[in-house]
Amino acid sequence: MGTEKSQAAGAPATKRQFRIWRGDETGGDLKEYLVEVKEGEVVLDIIHRLQSTEAPDLACRWNCKAGKCGSCSVEINGKPKLACMTRMSTFTADETISVTPLRTFPIVRDLVTDVSFNYEKARETPAFAPPPGVTPGDYRMQQVDVERSQEFRKCIECFLCQTVCHVIRDHEENKPAFAGPRYFIRAAELDMHPLDARDDRKEYAQAEQGLGYCNITKCCTEVCPEHIKITDNGIIPMKERVVDRKYDPLVWLGNKIFRRGQVPQTSVTSEHSPGAVRTPAAGPPGFHSHAGASHDPEAEAQAQAGVNWHREVPKPTAPTLDETGKLPLTELTFDRPAAPSPFGEDVSFPLPPEHLNYAHPEQDKH
Amino acid sequence: MTSTATRPGGPGARPRAAIAARTLRTDRWWVQPVGIAAILLFFIVYSTIRVFMAKWYYVEDYHYLTPLYSPCLTDSCVPGSSHFGTPFGEFPFFLPLGIVAFPIVAGFRVTCYYYRKAGYRSLWASPPACAVTEPHQKYTGETRFPLFVMNWHRYFFYLAFVVLLINIYDAFLAFRGPDGAFGVGLGTLIILVNIVALAGYTLSCHACRHVMGGRLKHFSRNPVRYRFWTLVSKLNVRHGTFAMVSLFTVLFTDFYIMAVSAGWFTDLRFIN
Repeated sequence: MGTEKSQAAGAPATKRQFRIWRGDETGGDLKEYLVEVKEGEVVLDIIHRLQSTEAPDLACRWNCKAGKCGSCSVEINGKPKLACMTRMSTFTADETISVTPLRTFPIVRDLVTDVSFNYEKARETPAFAPPPGVTPGDYRMQQVDVERSQEFRKCIECFLCQTVCHVIRDHEENKPAFAGPRYFIRAAELDMHPLDARDDRKEYAQAEQGLGYCNITKCCTEVCPEHIKITDNGIIPMKERVVDRKYDPLVWLGNKIFRRGQVPQTSVTSEHSPGAVRTPAAGPPGFHSHAGASHDPEAEAQAQAGVNWHREVPKPTAPTLDETGKLPLTELTFDRPAAPSPFGEDVSFPLPPEHLNYAHPEQDKH
Repeated sequence: MTSTATRPGGPGARPRAAIAARTLRTDRWWVQPVGIAAILLFFIVYSTIRVFMAKWYYVEDYHYLTPLYSPCLTDSCVPGSSHFGTPFGEFPFFLPLGIVAFPIVAGFRVTCYYYRKAGYRSLWASPPACAVTEPHQKYTGETRFPLFVMNWHRYFFYLAFVVLLINIYDAFLAFRGPDGAFGVGLGTLIILVNIVALAGYTLSCHACRHVMGGRLKHFSRNPVRYRFWTLVSKLNVRHGTFAMVSLFTVLFTDFYIMAVSAGWFTDLRFIN
């Protein structure tokens, strides 16, 4: 480590001034701390030092400390960042560093917020639709076709883009109608996926995800720790794909004159399902159904009632065996151009939810 | 203890962390929006004045025609400046002579994805900078009139591409001396640089990237369009730079032609 670098980081083990938000949903404030900082440390190290010294009850969420789990999202000096990837050497020695929780989501305590808004939106986004007539194992894609989608797969779901987006950061009332940048790139990823069978993702993005609320101010791209070009490669291409179908002036005129070309009112684009997180009227505050808004009243009712985790589920069929009664080991000895499915040949993915079973941590409460 | 939750919270919504400050950013986040706002406002004022000025837009000796008046399609245009004839006859004094092309290029810039970012941030403060609370109480984005018109960028792009071709034609005509033979002056070079900047701006546009190949699901089935898309994607990374550079080159080209036309200074000639 050069002299210049250690100077930039401050002399080893100096004291630095921090302002950390402490509180919960009843209120809170920025509290001052003077903490020891050593060379090479990141903000999360300082939070941990505080926990082990003068603030053992300071709540923060963290996990991998390597910028890959997306847990330690906080706002450092007002900017949404990962605490584990923000080096102390980027601050001057006399700078007071403020650390606050994500502003867009409900507070739990100290630096921890309830980010379930994002999971609700994730559940509302239609999953990958398997192509008809192609069995699992037979999926073949060219690299050139999947590389656009692969950029979006780098997402670590830290929700920094979600918290910085002014559409919901400054306007709580837009939350039901707006899914946020993370789910726009999810929609883009699937719309650009060479094998995805759905062709209504553009309409979905416009009608249900609130793509029109985005005004391209690019803050999501600025804060992305994975450097995904969210706006240029995800949102703008999705907007242009919507333009293809919705804002072509000639098509629009034709639709007005001939009253045709309306977006089919499928389950994802119906008028009365405004892609919503739960409104306060729909249940006690803070209660989440974990059913998102599936737009299926029956599934919603069943999810509300709770799932019987001890029920019988159909057993999968056994995999196909060769004439010696064994599973073919390689593609070379198998009669199909892929390894056999260990789940049996009659199983298609995604599995229907009613066929899934696992021990839910709260199963005894139901 | 601060008691107010971060705006807006709203009735019934679960409270957010109670932070009264509009932003806790410590950097000079307001510098960029203020700077961009100054540039954009200057351009708006300058171009409005120039568009309605109706003089000093053509240098007959060297065939310099300012991009703000090209193509000039009326009988009101000074002799020689109407390369494409005068289908519109005489214009009343209040109609700008560049009425055909100017709304197209202005619309192209207003609806451009780069200028949308620049304009929303600096002129409308929505938001002024990332993680800085915006002053507006309500926000509906581009979901309703008039802002959904921003989605028509593609059609402005098609039209602006035609205008670009006209500008390139104008640049060819500017290689001319006073005697009608080949000639090159400083004005010619300025016009050329402007054309390069305008072409870079038009071709690096997001709508161009989409129509070239971005709309495809399978690049492997369209190798030629994939190559075009790759090329435009490389340019597209610099779209913001092209947008700003071309703004200044248009401004400077127009100013230079105005100055030469008005006789404030003479054109520096290299050849003829």
